[in-house]
Amino acid sequence: MSRYSVFAIVREGLRHHTGWPRAWASPEPRARYDAIVVGAGGHGLATAYYLGRNHGITDVAVLEKGWLGGGNTGRNTTIIRSNYLQDPSAAIYEKSRALYETLSQELNYNVMFSPRGVMMLAQTEHEVRGYRRTAAANALQGVETEFIGPRRVKELCPIMNIDGPRYPVLGALWQPRGGTGRHDAVAWGYARACSQMGMHIIENCAVTGITVEGGQVRGVDTTRGPIGCDRLGLVVAGHSSQLADMAGFRLPIESLCLQALVSEPIKPCMDVVVMANTVHGYMSQSDKGEMVIGGGTDGFNNYTQRGSHHHIEETLRALVETFPMLSRLKMLRQWGGIVDMTGDRSPLISKTPVGGIFVNCGWGTGGFKAIPGSGWAMAELMAKGEPGPLAAEFSMFRFREGRFIDESVAAGVAH
Amino acid sequence: MRLETGGRLIDRTRPLRFRFDDRWMTGLAGDTLASALIGQGRILMGRSFKYHRPRGPVAAGLEEPNALVTLGTGARAEPNVRATQTELFQGLRADSQNRWPSLAFDLMAANDLVSRFLPAGFYYKTFIRPRAAWKHLFEPAIRRAAGLGPAPKAADPDRYDQVYAFCDVLVAGGGVAGLAAALAAARTGARVMLFEQAPHWGGRAPVDGGTVAGGDPAGWVAAAVAELAAMPDVTLRTRATVAAVHDHGYVLVEERLTDHLGGGPGPRRRLWRIRAGRVVNACGAFERPLAFPGNDRPGVMLASALRDYVVNWAVAPGPAAVVVTNNDDAYRTALALRRAGISVPVIADARPAADGPLPQAARAAGIRVATGTGIAGTVGRGRVVAVQLCDAGGGGHVTETIPCDAVAMSGGWSPAVHLWSQPGGRLRWDEAGAMFVPDPDHPPTGAAGEPIVTCAGAAAGALRLPDCIASGARAGDPAAAAPPAEAEAEAPLLPVWVMPSGAGPRKRAKMWLDFQNDVKVSDVELAAREGYRSVEHTKRYTTLGMATDQGKLSNVNGLAVLAQALDEAIPRVGTTTFRPPFVPVTIGALAGEARGAVFQPLRRTPLHDWHAAHGAVWEPVGLWRRPYCYPRANESRADAVAREVLNTRRALGLLDASTLGKIVVKGPDAGRFLDMIYTGAMSSLPVGRCRYGLLCNEQGFLIDDGVVARLAEDTWLCHTTSGGADRIHVWMEDWLQTEWWNWRVFTLNLTEQLAQIAVVGPHARKALEALGGMDVSKAALPFMHWAEGTLAGIPARVFRISFSGELSYEVAVPADRGVELWERLVAAGGPLGVMPYGTEALHVMRAEKGFIMIGDETDGTVIPQDLGLGWAISARKPDYLGKRGQMRPALADPDRWRLVGLMTLDGSVIPEGAYAVGAGRNANGQTATEGRVTSTYFSPTLNRGIALGLIRRGPERMGEVLTFAAEGRRVQARIVSPVFHDPEGKAQDV
Ligand SMILES: Cc1cc2nc3c(=O)[nH]c(=O)nc-3n(C[C@H](O)[C@H](O)[C@H](O)COP(=O)(O)OP(=O)(O)OC[C@H]3O[C@@H](n4cnc5c(N)ncnc54)[C@H](O)[C@@H]3O)c2cc1C
Repeated sequence: MSRYSVFAIVREGLRHHTGWPRAWASPEPRARYDAIVVGAGGHGLATAYYLGRNHGITDVAVLEKGWLGGGNTGRNTTIIRSNYLQDPSAAIYEKSRALYETLSQELNYNVMFSPRGVMMLAQTEHEVRGYRRTAAANALQGVETEFIGPRRVKELCPIMNIDGPRYPVLGALWQPRGGTGRHDAVAWGYARACSQMGMHIIENCAVTGITVEGGQVRGVDTTRGPIGCDRLGLVVAGHSSQLADMAGFRLPIESLCLQALVSEPIKPCMDVVVMANTVHGYMSQSDKGEMVIGGGTDGFNNYTQRGSHHHIEETLRALVETFPMLSRLKMLRQWGGIVDMTGDRSPLISKTPVGGIFVNCGWGTGGFKAIPGSGWAMAELMAKGEPGPLAAEFSMFRFREGRFIDESVAAGVAH
Repeated sequence: MRLETGGRLIDRTRPLRFRFDDRWMTGLAGDTLASALIGQGRILMGRSFKYHRPRGPVAAGLEEPNALVTLGTGARAEPNVRATQTELFQGLRADSQNRWPSLAFDLMAANDLVSRFLPAGFYYKTFIRPRAAWKHLFEPAIRRAAGLGPAPKAADPDRYDQVYAFCDVLVAGGGVAGLAAALAAARTGARVMLFEQAPHWGGRAPVDGGTVAGGDPAGWVAAAVAELAAMPDVTLRTRATVAAVHDHGYVLVEERLTDHLGGGPGPRRRLWRIRAGRVVNACGAFERPLAFPGNDRPGVMLASALRDYVVNWAVAPGPAAVVVTNNDDAYRTALALRRAGISVPVIADARPAADGPLPQAARAAGIRVATGTGIAGTVGRGRVVAVQLCDAGGGGHVTETIPCDAVAMSGGWSPAVHLWSQPGGRLRWDEAGAMFVPDPDHPPTGAAGEPIVTCAGAAAGALRLPDCIASGARAGDPAAAAPPAEAEAEAPLLPVWVMPSGAGPRKRAKMWLDFQNDVKVSDVELAAREGYRSVEHTKRYTTLGMATDQGKLSNVNGLAVLAQALDEAIPRVGTTTFRPPFVPVTIGALAGEARGAVFQPLRRTPLHDWHAAHGAVWEPVGLWRRPYCYPRANESRADAVAREVLNTRRALGLLDASTLGKIVVKGPDAGRFLDMIYTGAMSSLPVGRCRYGLLCNEQGFLIDDGVVARLAEDTWLCHTTSGGADRIHVWMEDWLQTEWWNWRVFTLNLTEQLAQIAVVGPHARKALEALGGMDVSKAALPFMHWAEGTLAGIPARVFRISFSGELSYEVAVPADRGVELWERLVAAGGPLGVMPYGTEALHVMRAEKGFIMIGDETDGTVIPQDLGLGWAISARKPDYLGKRGQMRPALADPDRWRLVGLMTLDGSVIPEGAYAVGAGRNANGQTATEGRVTSTYFSPTLNRGIALGLIRRGPERMGEVLTFAAEGRRVQARIVSPVFHDPEGKAQDV
């Protein structure tokens, strides 16, 4: 397998790039594997990767109904932060953020993690109190954040209008080591690393049924034939309820459409990520120069990946108010993804009523940032059969017990 | 150069001055910026995104990827404007982009010299080490090189309009197919809206020739427009682009109102939001470039574009143009060039033979036709000066070099299926035309499964004029007869995806597919080789089709190259998803008029103006504005709050409580309903009495609170928090409409109908007595009772409730009498020392009394039991919302954090949001916590800091000292009762 480096590029450049190997293989599925992960999104691929890396389990298949990374992993706005309020969330998101810091080196694939800093604006007194609270919690959780005043906000983001007539900026929760990454590269980098460990990533292979005998999983039916396994990880985001249904249990998940859009590319004008929850919108600038913009989810369940237009208007109104320079730019492209929402806006990394089946879902509008940490925790759960401390609180049974990890407390928009 | 004659869209009598970069030039009325520049001999208009290669216009319309400029200056500068669509006006100023220092001499073109080391996706393989270099070195450099136009610096001074409209048939595209569709539909009496993005009607037909109804297509177009304009139910708009067709026929159209005038009064653009019964997509087709080496050199254009420049604007890059094609249509360009006096040294046709009427006509006109011939390369610096011919099927051996000023290329056409595909219509590969066409068996469907979009004309793959116009008429009305039309017969095209087909890697690295993003044939092949084999992977890995033209020119060519590389059939490789918008839409138009002060509606209480006149400092509460406090001259806010608190406790305070939610719940089942909605028993509340109520969600968590008064046997008035009024009203309706739909209950939100004034303090009774009209004595109106009557002649409802711990009345009067009552109270209270107080004094006083505040003590995770409000839960009721939730183990856990008071040992104020630090660390290594502060204030009454907090087993730990951490500080505080002031409640019950 070839390592990527500037030398490799030069070598290949001299022979017209004809010698590059496949980034990942596309093998035919075998009859069985030690472990199967359904869903080759970031979370599924990271789960497989850490199964091999941390637990030595490499007889693994990742089954993907379409093209890998084509779900929410390839549609999100790539905000990475860990300034969550509740302890279990802060722990896993910070673990994840820390793994992102070295992910390019770890995978030998540039995932372009860019800790440019994330700020969440406080535009009401209530938000000021909320973010002061989060900052206080983060300090004890070992997450580096700070509540900053409006002057500092303006310094960090000069294109922002901080004294709008309706919602002047009163301050912000600032996480200097938050930022963005390149979503596709995260999926591709993990896929390449999994493939290098001999794992099978099988695209165009939808799981259509799950075989359970005596309360224990035996395998899956797929559009490419049945495949056996003893351990099955369901990591399919918006389609989790469908997979759970195949195994005969229900999940506390609703699937909603979340939209995002980009402007045409312009020269650099914004070097931080800004989230404005009161007016409801957020924005960053991609390396290509596009302003990357998102807002709220639709109010109804849906699988179509096409959202309601009024959300686009709402988001853009909010952002034109916050960044008046935006008005003369043009919206280039908009899209939607089906996000998997739980009642408390926190994920599930959990055992299920069926032996050998584990779920990882519920990341909703904010799981890109969690990919490495979630894969790490899910791999531990699948390898040992019991959750480690990172996953312990994220059981799907917490709703039955009332043990919520409520993050909607902290932010209206959670990306 | 400008030709001596011709130009159907220009007015030679009206020259216009314009500036491009630092040069002033002259064009003509009717020109686009691109045609005017070509007229001035300027082909170089931009630089590509990645390699900064010099670029000229390749198209003449909305699909243009190269000729992007920044239009206007200062706050009106707009980046990335297509010169090909920009109508010229007097004084227009445009600047080239993405070059440094100048367009002609761009240092960043150094990228081009090393382009072989910068193939698709090179950045995924490099810049990995050292780790910090990505953020601090590589990424900033990439960011600077990327992007196109400069970011606008100032706020946009223009306005944007938004309208809603409805129609039966919406036709997108005002070419002959669209006009035929609109006419046919309108003649059936349908309400029709027809939108054309260009400033003129007719689309391609007037340029391409043929006849309609026995005459020139332009004549028929004019007649059709005139007939439509005369119909009452028809709306016609030019300069209006249909940007999106969403589910259920929800259509967005962006109309350009003043751009072509260079600005003007009124809105700049208008966003139409239309519900259309059905949509006819008649947006035409885009011609495809041919992928030959050097096909991006300025002067190389689409054959149809060069035809447009010559026929519409009488401009051309120079006196000689070579045509290269795989189809007959491009011969029209050769003939048009010839008619305009431009020489065509050769038509290179990749097909082995070309004998249809159009090639015959070309030969008859004396043009050399070289069949089986392709282009092996182009020559020129900054613009094409010659092409090299070769065998189309070979490896690119140059047979001949032919000098020329332009190259007109045609690789066939791709229907503009965007508006069909956006809402879910599927496509079919048409072998004969080598194009994706709408699959009529899989249209986008509406709520009842009916098709909502029909394609017509070239957008449906009907490229020839007679088919085109006939399909338009059919789309408008299946029974309609199309006007007779004629055009030359055309021989089939020969799909040519790479030219010459046997080219080696060096040549393939010079064949551009996506011009703007610099994606070449070699890049797509590299993606395939590396396993990025799904079209979506290829697109993302190479950025093919992700430029501002969104792949209008590049997608099909790229797909075909990918299919070849994978040895798959094109339809099996499939297309990427068509996402709105069809062309980029101005963000200002999407945001509309709601900006600045009118960004959101502002809600004012009836007393707003009084507060403003008396120096109120505002606090936004939802959409409301409430006085935070009323500072006097030279008084700080904190001092004002302290004064307001002390005055209210000692004498008399007035609070505008009008924002408080007031929901009337009425009906035979109202009591039963309220017993479910509230944790307490409201059905047992006697008429004339008030009761404090709590609302929980199904999970058991507290979501709102307020005093409920029973107005009559079947009527209750529910007070909610100010922020909660709308939410709780919707909450009630939600349950009534979906769960208890057969209960006879009506709800009405009266919040804005009533002004409500809290009269608070030891002198409150005296103040009301001074107004006269009602007996407000303790005997007549005891605590937690209400009464109706008149006060100072104003009909009033008076509630004896208190949120401050003082003797207090809340007086509700009709909204329009609010000011009168307030002023009477101010006057009557004068001798009693009356002062208004704001929200902050309200908060301080409630905290001094240990009263909870929704949003402070609650955050969606707190149950009434945590707050010591178990007394407000009726144990006798079989059920209420949240009861089952509260029975779950975690909510019944004795270790829950519960409400207590907190007093710092040193009297200071605990910082907001502070957490109580517990012992050791948890399993994830985080510092353990055992509680947090929920409200923290300086109490003027106690003259020290006080706080409320939620602490693990708090009420069992009275007297314990805890350490709180926030803002890098640690503070010690003792657990005390949450009631800091007047624990016996003597003040309020007098
Ligand atoms: C518009 C938008 C913006 C967002 N912005 C952010 C952000 O800024 N920051 C952030 O942290 N998060 C963000 N998110 C959330 C984030 O994208 C997701 O939480 C995360 O990508 C989920 O990854 P995943 O691997 O769980 O799911 P996915 O990437 O969706 O992967 C699931 C995979 O399962 C496959 N699958 C489904 N059913 C089957 C089956 N039966 N058989 C086989 N395979 C199947 C799917 O095809 C898919 O590839 C955003 C999401 C959206 C939609």
